[in-house]
Amino acid sequence: MSSLVIDKLECQRGYSQLFTNLCFQVNAQEVVRITGTNGSGKTSLLKILAGINTQEQGCVTFDQNVVKSDAYQQEVFYLGHQAALSAELSSLENLEFLSALNQPVAREVLIQALEDIGLKGYADEPCANLSAGQKRRVILASLFISKAKVWLLDEPFTALDPKGIKIVESRIAQHCANGGLCLFTTHQDSALPNQRMIAL
Amino acid sequence: MNIFFQTLSRDLRIALRNPSSVLNPLLFFIISVSLFPLAISPEATTLSQIAAGIIWVASMLAVLLSLNALFHHDFDNGVLEQMVTSHHPLALLILAKITAHWLLTGIPIILLSPLLGVFLFLDEQGIKVLMLTLLLATPSLSLIGSIGASLIVGIKNSGMLLSLLILPLYIPILIFASSAVSQAQFGLDINSQLYFLAMFLVLSLMSAPFVSALALKISLE
Repeated sequence: MSSLVIDKLECQRGYSQLFTNLCFQVNAQEVVRITGTNGSGKTSLLKILAGINTQEQGCVTFDQNVVKSDAYQQEVFYLGHQAALSAELSSLENLEFLSALNQPVAREVLIQALEDIGLKGYADEPCANLSAGQKRRVILASLFISKAKVWLLDEPFTALDPKGIKIVESRIAQHCANGGLCLFTTHQDSALPNQRMIAL
Repeated sequence: MNIFFQTLSRDLRIALRNPSSVLNPLLFFIISVSLFPLAISPEATTLSQIAAGIIWVASMLAVLLSLNALFHHDFDNGVLEQMVTSHHPLALLILAKITAHWLLTGIPIILLSPLLGVFLFLDEQGIKVLMLTLLLATPSLSLIGSIGASLIVGIKNSGMLLSLLILPLYIPILIFASSAVSQAQFGLDINSQLYFLAMFLVLSLMSAPFVSALALKISLE
């Protein structure tokens, strides 16, 4: 069974040490919510797991593949604070590029993914004209069609309406039921069942 | 390889929908070259002597002007983070962005240069060699420039820093390219200069995407 192993991780930002000797393991089908106050290092942890930041010490592996290796990165999807959209491109073009970065997908799948996330009729709309919540939905659509097993979601519910939050929660549950795993942070209440808490 | 063309077409599409970002450096190029005859002398002998130097300096500054935007927008909107976390080699994605940059600044400069050459009374042989040197060296300008652009990507108001980082690396290109044109005007052999420019292109093509990828990863942390 695949699992994400975090071993003796240490992270430093500027002069402050955020965490040290952090060890835990996340198995397939598990949902882990990372909790902590502002500035406690939740985003830094997710960025290390995503291969963007480098840890001071320790190692991160998924199925024996080390973080930043191609095999590892292929299994990881990171959703950051920004929506990762270009204002000049339409939501379909943006989604096409974002999914190509992971795995190229047929056009019909992309259009269907936009409809599923509640952006029906917005496929050709330039992203400059979308609201904050709609922008988040475009990158969430690319998350939902990616084949990545490890979802690293930093504040996935930001700017979403209650209906949108429901969709994200049910997709996380579905992803984990299919053998994936998910780490996320949020300051909102989440109704996800069986979520394990890890406090920083 | 598919991702290369997808990144390339994405960048071209963004540029075409926001044409002012592409036209600004080109306009600067045309205006600055056409001001020299007014300031120095409209005489043919004087102008044809300095034409190659003027066009080369102006094109170098125009490229420099356009470099700031190379990674800036993708950094601001978070696309760079997605590129770094992707399993595709970052150097390949960066090479695609550099290619788009060259197509949008290098090619128009090459196409405009004969016209500006005629403005400055450059003879036929001089114009031919000028275009040849631009064709050989503008890709190097984009490639080397990407290193500087990726180093300063997270820094605000970094235009000055970019010039300081990049201009010293551009100077060998400037020297060899403009000397090739002026030697050609006297009918001398210019092979050595062209070989040097070609060597510089191969060297930067092989190293710049990888160095930029490393620099971008550092900038993103």
